[in-house]
Amino acid sequence: MRLRKVAFYAVAILFAVWTILPIVLIALAALTPRQELYSWPRQFVPSTISLESFQFFVNSHGVLASTGRSVIVAVATVLIALLVGAPAGYALARFRFRGKEAFRIGILLTRMFPTSLLAIPLAVLYLKTNIYDTILGLAFMHAALAMPFVVLITSSLFLKVPYDLEEAAMTLGCSRIGAFARVSLPIALPSLVAAGIYTFVLSWNEVFASAVLTVHNRTLPAHIISTLNVSPLNFKFAGGFFMIIPALIFIFIVRRYLLSMWGVAINK
Amino acid sequence: MPLLRKIPLPVLLLSPTLVFLTLFFLIPLIQVSGLAFQSQDSVFTLANFERMVRDIYFDSALRNTVVLLILIIPVQLVLAFGAALIVNQRFRGSTFFLYIYAIPLGISDLAAGLIWLSIFTERGYLNSLMHNLGVLERPLIFLSSLTPKWMIAAIVLTEVWRATPLVMVILLSGLQMIAKDYIEAADTFGCSWWQKVRYVILPLLKPSIQSALIMRTMLAFQMFGPILVLAGRQLPVFASESYYWYTTVRNPRVAAAYALMLMALSLVATWIYLVVLRTREEQVGVM
Repeated sequence: MRLRKVAFYAVAILFAVWTILPIVLIALAALTPRQELYSWPRQFVPSTISLESFQFFVNSHGVLASTGRSVIVAVATVLIALLVGAPAGYALARFRFRGKEAFRIGILLTRMFPTSLLAIPLAVLYLKTNIYDTILGLAFMHAALAMPFVVLITSSLFLKVPYDLEEAAMTLGCSRIGAFARVSLPIALPSLVAAGIYTFVLSWNEVFASAVLTVHNRTLPAHIISTLNVSPLNFKFAGGFFMIIPALIFIFIVRRYLLSMWGVAINK
Repeated sequence: MPLLRKIPLPVLLLSPTLVFLTLFFLIPLIQVSGLAFQSQDSVFTLANFERMVRDIYFDSALRNTVVLLILIIPVQLVLAFGAALIVNQRFRGSTFFLYIYAIPLGISDLAAGLIWLSIFTERGYLNSLMHNLGVLERPLIFLSSLTPKWMIAAIVLTEVWRATPLVMVILLSGLQMIAKDYIEAADTFGCSWWQKVRYVILPLLKPSIQSALIMRTMLAFQMFGPILVLAGRQLPVFASESYYWYTTVRNPRVAAAYALMLMALSLVATWIYLVVLRTREEQVGVM
């Protein structure tokens, strides 16, 4: 019995190491002085922690600007997706109406299409309508990718807020909107924020559509991917590590909601 | 406002999503077939598909797309199932392990590609490790057209590392829906651990496995960052070819044809999963 327990923990720890080790390695690579990066034999741990690569990356042409754009696109994506999708989620949770199942299945189906299938025709459409290569155009695309997630997650959030509470508020004189704003919204707010953060990360990480829909106004992933062939190793390593830092922080913040979000968004 | 009041509330709440999805989903979706099946002057043609199929990269792109999928998905499924079983044990610190295992969920495929580049590049960690172990004097070159197997291995590892947590989370939420009674009944009959997994857990988990497979396969077909970072055009796949045709060749029509091929592959895979993992009536009854 004892042996089994040890074996169990060993496997659990092994899998944790497999997950963590590559992140530690890219962090070390990003903090290695440039010269050591190209030397042989190469040591695992750099002789000194150096911010040289980071400075080089941040000061490279286009990096700061594209990072700023990434943030703006992500924030716009969150706003659009929540404003458009959350009411539908609320309706799915609170009302019975004809075509509800069809709507739900339709929403689920939108997850089945590859990004390229949307990004390429949207690029052509955008060129005609002059929103090609704009922050807003890309945010719309990202919001379309996030929409099924936002609708389904908000619907499951509002299902968890008992309708009785809203009804009670209404008998006490609240309007429907008042009852929603004073009762349901505050209860659902933390999970709504978690859903928003998740949407932010989705946009921050998205590569294909960003690379296709922008030319001069690149987001960070689009900038990195379009300069892959000309950028040196230290730029790539610092860039890789730089991109995962916010994602790590966000995942840490929403960690309690991970299972409910992913479980709901995928299994239902 | 009086007009608004006449519209039923659910319709009012659903309409923004419907309008949005029509504009940014339905219309592009119709447009993509228009692009792929029409010439410049909007006449029906198969020329774009012909051009795609005749391209020197097409055959290897098709092969690589399928091969990568076959190599990645089974490994991922087994690893994810193992990880989900571990976390589902609810021992002390199990939530801690869940957070750790879930970390790659927040990492983009591009960043994951860069992470594994630091391992597989010529002066990277893998060569360094082998040198320290005394196996190697000079660094090996893994990522070149002369070593396609190493390139595939690097991409498979990247994708397994990054996306296994996604499968794990789906399976885990499936595991948590299995009623304790079944496990307890199996315990009462003296089932071994393996018997419990094989005859109780796996059959009950089938719907979750199915949706994980469908989801994962669709996303694996789209994998794009690691290909560009670790191999470039030396290892073309459908997703990266679609990108090249749009950005480098500037031909959105062939790019759209590639996108449709990707969709077709996803549909075929989904159909296979639905047939192979069909949940029979009596099993539905059990659940």
